Amino acid sequence: MNPLLRWFHQLGSPPYFDRFAARWAPWAYGLGLLVMAWGLYGALFVVPADYQQGNSFRILYIHVPSAWMSMAVFGLMAVYAAIALVWRIKLCEILAMACAPIGAGFTLITLLTGAIWGKPMWGTWWDWDPRLTTELILLFLYLGVIGLYNAIDDRRAAARAAGFLAIVGVVLLPVIRYSVVWWNSLHQGQTIRLLGESTMDASMIQPLIWMIIGTKLWFIGALLMRARADNLRRESGKAWVAGLAAAADGPKP
Amino acid sequence: MSSGVGVIDDFHPRRNAEPARGRRMNRVALPGLVGSAKALMTRDLRLIWRRRGDALQPALFALLVVVLFALALGGEAQALSRVAAAVMWLAVLLAGLLSLDTLFRGDADDGSLEQWLLAPVPLGWLVAVRTFMHWATTALPLLVATPFLAELLHLPHGQLPVLMASLALGTPLLSLLGAVVAALTVGMRRSGILVGLLALPLYVPVLIFGAGSVARSAQGLDPVGALLLLGAGLVLAVVLAPLAAAAAIRIALN
Repeated sequence: MNPLLRWFHQLGSPPYFDRFAARWAPWAYGLGLLVMAWGLYGALFVVPADYQQGNSFRILYIHVPSAWMSMAVFGLMAVYAAIALVWRIKLCEILAMACAPIGAGFTLITLLTGAIWGKPMWGTWWDWDPRLTTELILLFLYLGVIGLYNAIDDRRAAARAAGFLAIVGVVLLPVIRYSVVWWNSLHQGQTIRLLGESTMDASMIQPLIWMIIGTKLWFIGALLMRARADNLRRESGKAWVAGLAAAADGPKP
Repeated sequence: MSSGVGVIDDFHPRRNAEPARGRRMNRVALPGLVGSAKALMTRDLRLIWRRRGDALQPALFALLVVVLFALALGGEAQALSRVAAAVMWLAVLLAGLLSLDTLFRGDADDGSLEQWLLAPVPLGWLVAVRTFMHWATTALPLLVATPFLAELLHLPHGQLPVLMASLALGTPLLSLLGAVVAALTVGMRRSGILVGLLALPLYVPVLIFGAGSVARSAQGLDPVGALLLLGAGLVLAVVLAPLAAAAAIRIALN
């Protein structure tokens, strides 16, 4: 068998995944932290102040990467859920459900930083702008997935139902997005995007790229840790988990 | 003597059960799509007729929402007529949300939902029929009551046809989207607020186009575009939502 394919099959086994996650999650966290620290240093000290927005634009280095992640994580969750529904891979159920709280966190960060940014720039914490509204609805979809997963007792049925909701959400998100754009154009003009592509200087972009890479790495670490915890909880009756617990509790020399 | 033997023979499980079932299968054709739909509709209508009071509840709830809005806005005709269409849409949407939980709940509790899975017709078809019946018994009375409720809210008369058209296209869409959510939560003892949390994000486009069409006509613009989009959404949902709800039922009952 192709070694890559074999590795992929092995990863589906709970003990193998546990070892994999325990090994790589700290690396992903550590690298993510380093890259984000470098990106934040660049964002706060290296990049010059914007000629229009002064220093308040710097929050974009947190706002934009988390906004990207809020949508990317939802897509990834739906992909995992689809794999779990079609091939009944238990690990993919776990991974899909581990995505939801992290994605909800990124969405919340996006909304909060957006509000903090909006106050000095637009003069208001909140506006029914299409992007803001879609992001808020995305948060509700995340909360729905989390709520459905926690409301059903049987873990596997819960993961499948919540995963199905994630797939429905992914299908409907573009519809929601464009309906909101359409609706908004009725009442008021599109809010001016102060940071179009053209106003973004090359020196400003570099820390942003570091932040985007950093959040991705952080997400991988968080995903592995959460999936590992859920995996252990589900497998708690098995011998290998008992062995792991005994090794952790065992008398230290 | 011989009759006694006959009686024993009739109740002999091994000897008689198999041939009898075989004979019946040969003689009676399995119910088709139309036959099963008719049976389900008759049963639903009979159940609703036996509990006539329940069928009025969505309309009563919508009336209460309208009254509360009118009181909260101070009953001023000018302010009311400006928001009348939006309030009507919200009242209908919330009333539909409340009745959503009953869509499959009774059948899940008494086990007939499992029989749906075993039925010789596709599960999606039964879901579609049930959703249609649910719409006809909860949303249709509201649609009939809309002119009266709109009068309470001082809706300008010119907007009433657009409001009726948008509700006629939008409420089946709400029911179909709601059927997916109700199917997802059917495995739970109590779904409560969760149904709302799951359904409301999916309702957003319907609300926007529905209320938006009336708002357009209030501004003197052509509301047909929004209504056509609602109709397009309805066509899509009629095809896809029963299949999605059927998949969700299979997940919930596994």
